[in-house]
Amino acid sequence: MYAQLVETGAKRLKTLEEMSPEEREFQMKVDAETKIEAKNWMPEGYRKTLVRQMSQHAHSEVVGMLPEGNWVTRAPTLKRKLQLMAKIQDEAGHGLYLYSAMETLGADRDEEIDKLHEGKVKYSSIFNYPTLSWADMGTVGWLVDGAAIVNQVVLQRTSYGPYSRAMIRICKEESFHQRQGYQILLDMMREGTEEQKQMVQDSINRFWWPALMMFGPSDADSPNSQQSMAWKIKRKSNDELRQMFIDQTVPQLEFLGCTAPDPDLKWNDERGHYDFGEIDWQEFYEVLKGNGPCNKERIETRKNAINGGAWVREAAKAYAEKQQQKQQNAA
Amino acid sequence: MSNDITQNEALQEYLLRLADSDMILGQRLCELCGKAPALEEEMALMNVALDLVGQARNWYEYAAELLDDGRSADDLAFRRDAQYYRNALMVEQPNGDYAVTMARQFFFDAWHYFTLQALTKAPDERIASIAAKATKESQYHLRRSSEWVRRLGDGTEESHERMQAAVDDLWRFTGDMIEADEVERQMFEAGIGPDPEQLVADWKGLVNEVLTEATLTPPPEGAWMYRGAKEGHHTEHLGFILAEMQFLPRAYPDAKTW
Repeated sequence: MYAQLVETGAKRLKTLEEMSPEEREFQMKVDAETKIEAKNWMPEGYRKTLVRQMSQHAHSEVVGMLPEGNWVTRAPTLKRKLQLMAKIQDEAGHGLYLYSAMETLGADRDEEIDKLHEGKVKYSSIFNYPTLSWADMGTVGWLVDGAAIVNQVVLQRTSYGPYSRAMIRICKEESFHQRQGYQILLDMMREGTEEQKQMVQDSINRFWWPALMMFGPSDADSPNSQQSMAWKIKRKSNDELRQMFIDQTVPQLEFLGCTAPDPDLKWNDERGHYDFGEIDWQEFYEVLKGNGPCNKERIETRKNAINGGAWVREAAKAYAEKQQQKQQNAA
Repeated sequence: MSNDITQNEALQEYLLRLADSDMILGQRLCELCGKAPALEEEMALMNVALDLVGQARNWYEYAAELLDDGRSADDLAFRRDAQYYRNALMVEQPNGDYAVTMARQFFFDAWHYFTLQALTKAPDERIASIAAKATKESQYHLRRSSEWVRRLGDGTEESHERMQAAVDDLWRFTGDMIEADEVERQMFEAGIGPDPEQLVADWKGLVNEVLTEATLTPPPEGAWMYRGAKEGHHTEHLGFILAEMQFLPRAYPDAKTW
């Protein structure tokens, strides 16, 4: 999943007694796992939080096309090229699908995209890291889509119906992408040259920590989580999800014959989980603030695409109006 | 091309032309990833590119079998230099603005569609079956690109000017694409490829119709045409396209798998 630090506007949770009758009814529905649909009453904070989270998610799908677009023109075989193209196309589809789901909440796609371009809203920090080698196409599929899936599988049970249904559909495709990504790495590790193997390890070294950061700040520093959890927009805490991801990923890492750039990573029998080192939170917050290696380029590219395409969209609109006029005249 | 090429040689050459044009146009469309004027276009461009690279793979695979010289489909795509590439000059032209992207696509799609349609009737079953699937894809490509030519041609003043400029600029590469040489005539005589005269007539008929509907002025008959792709003489662009596209297999020649 690609939403980090989503603001809920709530300082603390209201008790059922403090809620208005509508709010109480809403919360009881949520507690009973009844899906909230577009036409149902919902607290303004819930609606706004969802718009923020879904738009952030949609933006991430779209911006996430760029690091892969960086290699789609250089994919090394016909098969890999076709796979990557299909993956990128899926991502554009996810973006469209999520924007549509978001619009059921009364938000507007173009307005939300404007906010992205003005730097008012975010997309996942991971896409601000560069893709420097072909192995990154494997690592992005395996680790980045893998981390996204951990989050999204849980979000299939999110309280808002349209978002939940979008997640169910998206998860299926993401799992496919993840397996493809892993296969790229596995093929290179098993049958590749020494240079290719080094390419894989270098790629994992660069993406390991940023992938862990995708789950957002640790629970202690995640002020909005409590409200999101009560609304069941969020279903598991950042740290829980991160641990799940690490636990499922380390055996895959070992199967590849690669290592993680974390000397503290080791199995803890007592906890039944892997222990891992401290994330560089300063880097995380700097990247969120816009100081990552590619923040500027990513937004520039998106802005140029949309602003540079304004004349195209205007022309399409003018043409459609002319056609409509012609039909009316003919009728 | 010498005058005494065998039909098998002509067929290999012909398959490479089909494959290379698909491949290079697919590559050009890949360059637009993340840069399309709307998210719906992002999807559509990648969709068309996927079809084209998929078709290229089918043609390369068949060409590799016929060539039978140890080269795989991937070798044909990623290890031949520009002088051995046989794509139409049209498809290697830069993406330019969206008018150029769509005019290029339309000129190509019109040629591609009529060509594929003829190939579905080829006695060679392999060709007929590849073409049958490709024709359906190409029909959609053509519908889409002709619609964009109309939209931009008959949209706003700015889009009209841009589309007219795109048509005028790209026109000089249309002759190379649509007019047959000896190989293509041989393919027609063998009952495989389209009737060269019919193809030109169909292409011109459709292009004129769409340009007129789009309120655009078709370039004059007899305009000078830039040629050479069929002998491997390309524009300067192809070298750069290949430098990018073939980078990994060239930089890691010992790599057996990716």
